[in-house]
Amino acid sequence: MACISPDGNLTTSGKAVLTAAKEGATPEDIAKSSNLPLFRIRSSLRELVSAGLIQEIQGKYKTTAEGLKKLGKE
Amino acid sequence: MEELKRQETRLPRLGEPAPSFTVITTQGTVKLEDFKGGWLILFSHPADFTPVCTTEFVGFANIYNELKKRNVELMGLSIDSIYSHIAWARNIEEKMKVKIPFPIIADLNREVATLYGMVHPGQSKTETVRAVFVIDPEGILRAMIYYPLTTGRNMQEILRLIDALQTTDKHKVATPANWKPGEPVIVPAPNTVEMAEERVKEGYECKDWYLCFKKI
Repeated sequence: MACISPDGNLTTSGKAVLTAAKEGATPEDIAKSSNLPLFRIRSSLRELVSAGLIQEIQGKYKTTAEGLKKLGKE
Repeated sequence: MEELKRQETRLPRLGEPAPSFTVITTQGTVKLEDFKGGWLILFSHPADFTPVCTTEFVGFANIYNELKKRNVELMGLSIDSIYSHIAWARNIEEKMKVKIPFPIIADLNREVATLYGMVHPGQSKTETVRAVFVIDPEGILRAMIYYPLTTGRNMQEILRLIDALQTTDKHKVATPANWKPGEPVIVPAPNTVEMAEERVKEGYECKDWYLCFKKI
C-alpha cells in the first residue's frame, strides 16, 4: 500500500497525509498542504480510514488518536 | 475469433463515461473516480524494459509539468507486474536521470486492457498497443489515440490535443488542422438557413458561411 509499508511503518506520503489531517481537512486541503496530487490523497484516505488512522466526519478527514500515536512513534 | 469479438463489444466510445476501474499502481491502489475534477491521460505501453517504451516514458515525464499546469494527470499501464514497473522506473531514473512522477498500472490480469481495448491481437497477443485515452473532469472519454508497437508517440501532439479540448470546452469553438494555442479557432458551423445568413454578417473572418474563424 502507498501509506503503510508491508512492515507496518508509515511511508513519507502516509506521514504527510496524517500530519495534514491533524486538525481535520478536506481532501483538497490535504492535497495542497502535503503537495501531493488529489488522486493520491483520495487513494491514501481510503487506505488510512480502512486502517483506523483517519476518520471521516461530514466530508472532512481527521487523524484519529491511533493515527496520532502512530505518527508520534515514527 | 471469439476473443476478438468480445473485445470489440467492450471498446469504449468517445463522449461516453470512461469505464470504471480499481487498479494496483506504483503509487498505490487507485480508482478512476479518484481523478474526478481533473483531466486524466490513461496510456498503455507494450512492455517494461523495451526501447521505444523507455523513450516514451522519458517523453511523458518531460511533459508532466506542462500537463500539471493544465490540470491533467498521467497514468501508464502495461501487462507487467508492479515489481517490473518499480524496477524499470528506477532503471530509467538511474540511466536516463529522469524520475517517473506518475503512477503505472500493473494490469497482469488484463482487466483494464480488455475494458479499454488496448490489446490488438493483430499486433501482439501478449502486449498492449500504444493507446492514449483522454478523460475529462466529469469522467467522460474525450479522445483516443492508438499507435502500433513500432512507433513512439509524439508528446507535443498530446499536449496540443489537451490544449484543443480545453479551448473547445472554454470557448465553445472547434480547432482547425494543425491548430496551436494562440491561433484563430473555428466558429461552429450554423445548422439552419437562418443561422447561415446571419453568420456571414457577424463580423467573423469567414471563407464562406460554413467556415468562419475568430481569435480568442
